[in-house]
Amino acid sequence: MSKHTLSVLVENKPGVLARVAALFSRRGFNIDSLAVGPTELPEISRMTVVVEVEGAALEQVTKQLNKLIEVLKVVELDSTASVQREILLVKVRADAVTRSQVVDTIQLFKAKVVDVSTDAMTIEATGNSDKLRALLDVLEPFGIKELVQSGMVAVGRGPRSITDRSLRSA
Amino acid sequence: MSDTTKQAPSPADLASMARPRAPHETPAGATVAPVTPVVEVTGAQSLVLSLEAIGADTVFGIPGGAILPAYDPMLDSEKVRHILVRHEQGAGHAAEGYAAATGKVGVCMATSGPGATNLVTPIADAHMDSVPIVAITGQVSSAAIGTDAFQEADIRGITMPITKHNYLVTDPDKIPQAIAEAFHIASTGRPGPVLVDISKDALQGKTTFSWPPRIDLPGYRPVTRPHGKQIREAARLMAAARRPILYVGGGVVRAKASDRLRELVELTQIPVVTTLMARGTVPDSNPLNLGMPGMHGTVAAVTGLQKSDLIIALGARFDDRVTGQLSSFAPDAKVIHADIDPAEISKNRTADVPIVGDVGEVIAELIEQIKANRAHAEEGDARTRSWDYAAWRERVAGWKETFPLGWTDQEGSLSPQYVIERIGALTGPEGTYVAGVGQHQMWAAQFVQYERPNAWINSGGLGTMGFSVPAAMGAKVAEPERTVWAIDGDGCFQMTNQELATCVINNIPIKVAIINNSSLGMVRQWQTLFYNERYSNTDLQPMQQRVPDFVKLADAYGCLGLRAETPEEVDAVIKQALETNDRPVVIDFIVHRDAMVWPMVPAGVSNDMIQAARHEAPVWEREE
Repeated sequence: MSKHTLSVLVENKPGVLARVAALFSRRGFNIDSLAVGPTELPEISRMTVVVEVEGAALEQVTKQLNKLIEVLKVVELDSTASVQREILLVKVRADAVTRSQVVDTIQLFKAKVVDVSTDAMTIEATGNSDKLRALLDVLEPFGIKELVQSGMVAVGRGPRSITDRSLRSA
Repeated sequence: MSDTTKQAPSPADLASMARPRAPHETPAGATVAPVTPVVEVTGAQSLVLSLEAIGADTVFGIPGGAILPAYDPMLDSEKVRHILVRHEQGAGHAAEGYAAATGKVGVCMATSGPGATNLVTPIADAHMDSVPIVAITGQVSSAAIGTDAFQEADIRGITMPITKHNYLVTDPDKIPQAIAEAFHIASTGRPGPVLVDISKDALQGKTTFSWPPRIDLPGYRPVTRPHGKQIREAARLMAAARRPILYVGGGVVRAKASDRLRELVELTQIPVVTTLMARGTVPDSNPLNLGMPGMHGTVAAVTGLQKSDLIIALGARFDDRVTGQLSSFAPDAKVIHADIDPAEISKNRTADVPIVGDVGEVIAELIEQIKANRAHAEEGDARTRSWDYAAWRERVAGWKETFPLGWTDQEGSLSPQYVIERIGALTGPEGTYVAGVGQHQMWAAQFVQYERPNAWINSGGLGTMGFSVPAAMGAKVAEPERTVWAIDGDGCFQMTNQELATCVINNIPIKVAIINNSSLGMVRQWQTLFYNERYSNTDLQPMQQRVPDFVKLADAYGCLGLRAETPEEVDAVIKQALETNDRPVVIDFIVHRDAMVWPMVPAGVSNDMIQAARHEAPVWEREE
């Protein structure tokens, strides 16, 4: 199974997230991650869905999504032709002794410390999945107390916008 | 309770003030000047006015608390006939029968909670069989939504996976738009059910009504025009094929493309199989029609698909009941697959030539392309045997002749197949035949000769027992001049026969033929074949007496009740039923319970394993 990133433009209406999520579950497709948020157009929301499927099933996912009345557009974003980011907040054990080691380590990943207390600190990092996985690997020995991670968001490289042609119906 | 006042104009008055205009006449998203004057009304009045404006002439439903405001203006409507059913499931199936008989959108209405959940089965049924219906449900007041209020059910959430689309309306101003969009979505593209759930406060609230409303569906643009390149490629494959077959599905009925299909068959002389949903699209009297494919299809249809080198699928979806084991289905065939729903193409069987479009337009363009190609070929050299399927037609005709549909009578009892064949023969092709689900359904698909589309209505995809009586009721309301038969089983009949009351009271004289084998026949057949004749819970009459007595039941409802137990009685009761048009007729045909549906491909195996009858697998001519 390979991972595919789908950008799904939807009408910003109540229930649309439930429709999309339910579609995946009832058709037996696995969602790896899901992120929803507003776009530059108030009437349109954008979902970024990472799904684990093979070729023919991917085509089915896309076609089934397109059948939903409130789905405006489905675009698969190739990982090499798009920028893909996740955000991670991780609370790491760090006392006076280890604190500076943790700070040194995370600087290699351009991560930030966003909260500090006597025996822990919270770190914010953004990047693609691989980078965040690597960061977590090096933080693991210090002791991870709590971890929260967003779904992936992604945007295609270059000047074109996928919202251009779906602003309004023709 | 309701804000309706006497000053408010009646829906009929209002609607007569202006010519309503179908919303799909306006481009989606376009703003048009109101055709009706803007008037002050309640949400409930707005709903009824919307139904009138859109041309809904019949609503099947039952009132209840949350939908109650809508029933007040309904009383005054002269354009909308509300038919009070006895169970919401009956309303839903009646709407389906109405829609399936005519292609118009069927409408059903129910209250919140249990009223709405009782519509779930017919909605799911309509979803599977692409039947255009609009279900309108009342919902508890918007302030109470989410509080587990009395008779609250999240029917929008419940029906999300079984509707083409659905709405929850809590603002009275949005009612006309929701209704217009619902009808538009239900009836265009691949048809299907749309549910509009309206909260009680929206029905009671003040609003204004004007028509047509703006339709705003930027994400809904069904492709109807097929791609020219795909049409050319399809025509090329058809010319080159040696053993082509047209695999025709219910989409051709929904697209009203029967005439075009017949033209295509005439032009190409390619053999045809008509699925359970497509019976009648090509007349059974056409020698090229091999009948129904699939689990209980004819040997010729099943084998024709298996041995073909090109399948031209038109509005069909390679359902498991047609393909059997998918991996061994038609192994040598290339596939041209035309469907209005892109998601059906290559869902089960990969298409070599996918064509997205309205099947009527696809067929029309194919015909043009084929004619043009042939004209061109005639000018040039006749170097190929293109379009020559004579040898294939001969083989197929051989199968059809060697393995006709049939049955073996049992001494001293009535054969169900004989009953159904006689109903069809005495009623003729202009009748409408509506079946439930099970053995009687398969026999009705096999032994009634269908000559026109929409003559055969059944629950194909969902397989809903109890479909027949209410769907026949809906079909009869839609086309009162036709003879409408509900061909039903005794198991099915007991699920929805309460609608006989609706039929009697509303003068809907359907004819019900109960194929009474005192058991859940299809399940029993499987128990006979695959469960060592252990008949677990399939005997409906273990006491060896008639519980209930269907003739007395018919009588109790005010129907004419008749019974036939021998072949000699059959024609007489059918004729009596055909002559009785002042009330519904119920005929209890007591048939023997060991009759089985043949041919049969057991579930999950290759269609090559078809058995023409029990222990009778066809012996094929040497493989060439």
